[in-house]
Amino acid sequence: MIAVKTYYMVFAALLALTLVTTGAAFVDLGARWNTIVGLTIATVKALLVATYFMHLRHSQRLTLLFAGAGVLWLALLITFVFADYLTRGW
Amino acid sequence: MTVARTPEVLAHQFDDLEQQHDAANLGMWAFLATEILFFGGMFLGYAVYRSLYPEAFTQASNHMDILLGMINTVVLIASSLTVVLAVHAAQQDRRRALVGLLTLTILLGLVFLGIKSTEYLHKFNENLVPGVDFAYTGQNARHAALFFSFYFAMTGMHALHMIIGIAIFAWLIVAARRGRYTAIYNTPVEIAGLYWHFVDIIWIFLFPLFYLLGRHL
Repeated sequence: MIAVKTYYMVFAALLALTLVTTGAAFVDLGARWNTIVGLTIATVKALLVATYFMHLRHSQRLTLLFAGAGVLWLALLITFVFADYLTRGW
Repeated sequence: MTVARTPEVLAHQFDDLEQQHDAANLGMWAFLATEILFFGGMFLGYAVYRSLYPEAFTQASNHMDILLGMINTVVLIASSLTVVLAVHAAQQDRRRALVGLLTLTILLGLVFLGIKSTEYLHKFNENLVPGVDFAYTGQNARHAALFFSFYFAMTGMHALHMIIGIAIFAWLIVAARRGRYTAIYNTPVEIAGLYWHFVDIIWIFLFPLFYLLGRHL
């Protein structure tokens, strides 16, 4: 079981990352890097929520497989669609 | 007392409470995997059109209120905290804390929806809702309309998930007040929490994609 203190620490980290991502939006890094920074921070926040709040850290392997399958299929969907869109010569 | 209640919470098809708990937990994760793909399709659509019309999406994104978006992000993260604390309270047989924390979660959810409503109302008044009254004054209005279509479809679907979550928590509060959830049996609280955290994760991605990204070209 995860300690309550851990929940508060994750909560604090999520708040801090929200402030960082909002602040970063006002810094001009170029469209590409603003996008990468925003999505990277969002992914870290999502992993924090999944790992601690959704207890993936202490869950059984079958649960991890189910969660991983959802993400894997989404990655396939995105990869193959962009493999098309980004390589069109027209 | 709690041990005496055990037989009535164990459905007949399971050997024991642990097996029942694992099945319920896995069932929710299977549902969440389908939800990843459900929202994923919309995220993909957004990504494709954003890559095709980057300028229009950037300019349209400047019509979002960053402050309200950030406040709502904080509200939702806080509601995720109250949910994990509620699950923790249930596991420790603290019924009053469980009811209080679930009530707090609902209130935070309503605050989020209230702020979202004012944002929607603002967009309606500014004629930024795609449809017959859409009157976007910037360049590339047709492409900006795509941005707003994705915005309303995705945040609208997210809000619908929150309304369903609030209804589930209201139901759990009624049962919790009757002492239905104990240290031995609290699976419904836990898997409702999983759903709520998933909805939180969706918003964690919606916030940068609609409010923050592309403010610089």
